[in-house]
Amino acid sequence: MKEIALWALETAKLRGASLAEARIVDERHRALATKNGRIGSAADSESLGIGIRVIAGGAFGFAATDDLSRDGVQGCTARAVDIAKASAAVQAQELRMVAEPPAKAEWVSPCKIDPFSISIEKNLELLFAVDEELRRNKGVTLAETSMNFRRYEQWFVSTEGADIHQTVVSSGVGYAAHSYQGTEIQKRSYPTSFGGQYQTRGYELIEELKLLEHAPEIADQAVALHAADQCPEGTFDIILDSSQLGLQIHESIGHPIELDRVLGMEANFAGTSFLTLDKLRTLKYGSEIVNVVADATEAHGPGLGTFAYDDEGVAAQSTPIISNGLFTGYLSSRDTAPAIGAPRSGGCLRAESWNRLPIVRMTNISILPGDNPLTLEELIASTELGVLMETNRSWSIDDKRYNFQFGCEIGWEIVAGKRRRMLKNPSYSGITTEFWNSMDAICSRDEWTLWGIPNCGKGQPQQTMGTGHGAAPARFRDVSVGTAYKGSE
Amino acid sequence: MLIRDQAHDIFAKLQRHSTADELELLIAGSRSALTRFANNTIHQNMEEESQHISVRVSFGGRTARATTNKYDDESLRRVVQSAEALAKVQRDDPDLLPMPTPQEVVQNAAEAGAAPVQRYFERTAALAPQDRAAAVARMVGVAQQHALTCAGFFSSSQVAEGIFNSRSVTDWHEQTLAEVSITMLDDTSSGWQKATSPDVTRLNPVRMAGIAAEKTIASRNPIELPPGKYTVVLEPSAVLDAVGFMFWDFGGSALLEQRSFLNDRIGTQLFGPNITVWDDVYHPLQAGVPFDGEGMKRHRVKLIEDGIVRAVTYARSSAQRMHHSEIANQVGPITPTGHGFSLPNEIGEAPMNLVFSGPEAGRAQSVEQMIAATERGILVTRLWYIREVDPYEKMLTGMTRDGTFLVENGRIRGGIRNFRFNESLIHMLQNVEAMGEPVRASGEESMDMVVPAMKVRDFNFTETTKF
Repeated sequence: MKEIALWALETAKLRGASLAEARIVDERHRALATKNGRIGSAADSESLGIGIRVIAGGAFGFAATDDLSRDGVQGCTARAVDIAKASAAVQAQELRMVAEPPAKAEWVSPCKIDPFSISIEKNLELLFAVDEELRRNKGVTLAETSMNFRRYEQWFVSTEGADIHQTVVSSGVGYAAHSYQGTEIQKRSYPTSFGGQYQTRGYELIEELKLLEHAPEIADQAVALHAADQCPEGTFDIILDSSQLGLQIHESIGHPIELDRVLGMEANFAGTSFLTLDKLRTLKYGSEIVNVVADATEAHGPGLGTFAYDDEGVAAQSTPIISNGLFTGYLSSRDTAPAIGAPRSGGCLRAESWNRLPIVRMTNISILPGDNPLTLEELIASTELGVLMETNRSWSIDDKRYNFQFGCEIGWEIVAGKRRRMLKNPSYSGITTEFWNSMDAICSRDEWTLWGIPNCGKGQPQQTMGTGHGAAPARFRDVSVGTAYKGSE
Repeated sequence: MLIRDQAHDIFAKLQRHSTADELELLIAGSRSALTRFANNTIHQNMEEESQHISVRVSFGGRTARATTNKYDDESLRRVVQSAEALAKVQRDDPDLLPMPTPQEVVQNAAEAGAAPVQRYFERTAALAPQDRAAAVARMVGVAQQHALTCAGFFSSSQVAEGIFNSRSVTDWHEQTLAEVSITMLDDTSSGWQKATSPDVTRLNPVRMAGIAAEKTIASRNPIELPPGKYTVVLEPSAVLDAVGFMFWDFGGSALLEQRSFLNDRIGTQLFGPNITVWDDVYHPLQAGVPFDGEGMKRHRVKLIEDGIVRAVTYARSSAQRMHHSEIANQVGPITPTGHGFSLPNEIGEAPMNLVFSGPEAGRAQSVEQMIAATERGILVTRLWYIREVDPYEKMLTGMTRDGTFLVENGRIRGGIRNFRFNESLIHMLQNVEAMGEPVRASGEESMDMVVPAMKVRDFNFTETTKF
């Protein structure tokens, strides 16, 4: 593969490119799903191709093809250079890139059990067993399960001398019980919603999640929600479970710190950011106990944002994003880092596959757990009046990432330190910095989970990317609760 | 680009490798290019060529799919083996149908209301990077003329796709598509336009840039209004991005699985009497493939008539299951409508080519006329980050974006800070006071649609953001 990639570099140099990078990606994916005892998905897919990014005439061009013949690669490279020269015709801003020493490396993500080595029968047996267990509760009107595996192998070479070969294996699994009754459809999911938990791990992830054991409780809760009281509207203290906090981080920290957004590069689609450059190291983003990192290193854990090198050959890094509440860092790339005077990229340029231009993406954006031992039950016990919310049901935030609203699948009223009645349709909303400044407690390491979001959308053409978010349950004071249903009567 | 004869040869090779009872090939070849700009600069510019070979095999009631982008004989053999390995270990699904025959396709197509579609335009396919850059330069020129900055993209693509099955069904479709989107930005405001068409000459990037610039200038220094229920004038893009969320429920599978907001509501007066909606892939303003994931011709389906949901879409298997279900007499006509997704899948089917009927002749109002007839209300250019809050009441949340205005006494008074809404689509489509002529519109949350601007009373804004 490396030889094929080198054809692209030779051609690019001959055609006058000042920089060329070639990425060959060979990926394999398996998707299995069930629905009410039937197969929902049974699909394998593979894709192999090359993406070539060049700078010519002071501007970027990118072309991709799945024709890996010499003619195919050389023709594709010529188109990339031609495209760059066309880009050069409309350049109100100069393209600048920070330097990066070319790396030569081999890396494979840790994986104990190759998920593709597990028989399809075994996988389907587990999914159907969960499906049947969920539907044992007659109030469950729809049971859905899914399991996904991906192997992503990439060769990256550049005219600067980079030569990097890395392979990432990831797995994901989850299920949901839906219940239609009267004028309501309720849902509960495990281990979280919208596909479940994803990590850069092998089949060991599936085994650890004890899927079958949790199914009866999930089914019972989905049905019980119909009889639960509506979550009240008002200002309350709230406790978010770790999966919901992971999504809260994704939307209200992860996206606004993307430096390309801040610089206006996503203004037409994903939007911009309230985190203008003057706010770096001056904005009190959160309370003193809010500490957030962007950490793509293996040491952080097997998140969907874990890798050795990003897609322009920059090594994985750990960047402090919020330090004791102070905003301290952005997600950057070689062409965005100059805007903040950084000597080096933060290593956050990632592409969905061979056929997409790499753009600034989240890695693992995680909140650090509390230093002092604190369990969720202890956190509840220290809460006088509030609502515990679990598992995301809906999420929305404005295009500068100020105003957000989240809905959860289930809520629990907390009174005098005790978990009391179940609440349905819980939701909360707020303004990003006000919300993070209201955080007054976070559980410790034992309650911390590195969640995976497999489907973060960004870019034109749109790209889907996996991101990681470590989080522990946390409490927020005086939050607006129930606004989603305000005025709906 | 892939041609039909090549595709046929590949299908013949796949058949030689297969031991399955039945085999189906979905094949596509595409070339797409996108020139992206921001800060008045082309910062991303790309082109892609790719193929897609997707094979489904069946053994009795067991079916599975495998996909590759490699055409060599070994890869074709492996993709068939992968699909067979996935299918063989399954339990039998008694509702899985044999693949359709040409006779079934033809008979079913007789009810389709099919019309020839011409969606391939050489002038779109022939666009070069220099052509797109020149158009971007003209849009940037509009921004600079108004001392604004702009961001957006100009893309063009061509795709050829076909279906072949071992019972001799074949079909083929070729299409081009051009898209332009632009956001104009100032310190305190922004404006947006987007349009798509198979024929690039239908798009007018400079005019779109001009409209986006006008919106940006007119919404400078927005004021903050209190949240509450307002009369809104929703431009077509805002309408389509909201209503698109409900049409995934217009499928037989969604009803059978009781995940649709139409459960127990078909045949009732769910929306206002001025709401009539078709799914019509043959409409001259529509785009897309006129056959479904099994090769059945898409039907023209009147989904909503005078506010009453009359019909939903079906794949072959969901139609069969619905015929045998307890609710068969409550759901309107049941027939395969050519809306199934490729099998196996988790969704079933959905309408993909929505066309709203306009008001009676002479009753259509332009956006300007709606504004002129509004004492106090909000003009919304587009909606953003829409998500479903309540699946049965079809309550959505989301934000306004890129041009939100206060209307008073029939005139635009100026820009306002963006609102968050929490609104039921049922409620919204009961409260439509006026509509424009339906146009082909494009957004970011739903598929392109033929949809009118709408004036809606009591639209529920619940919060305000900071810009």
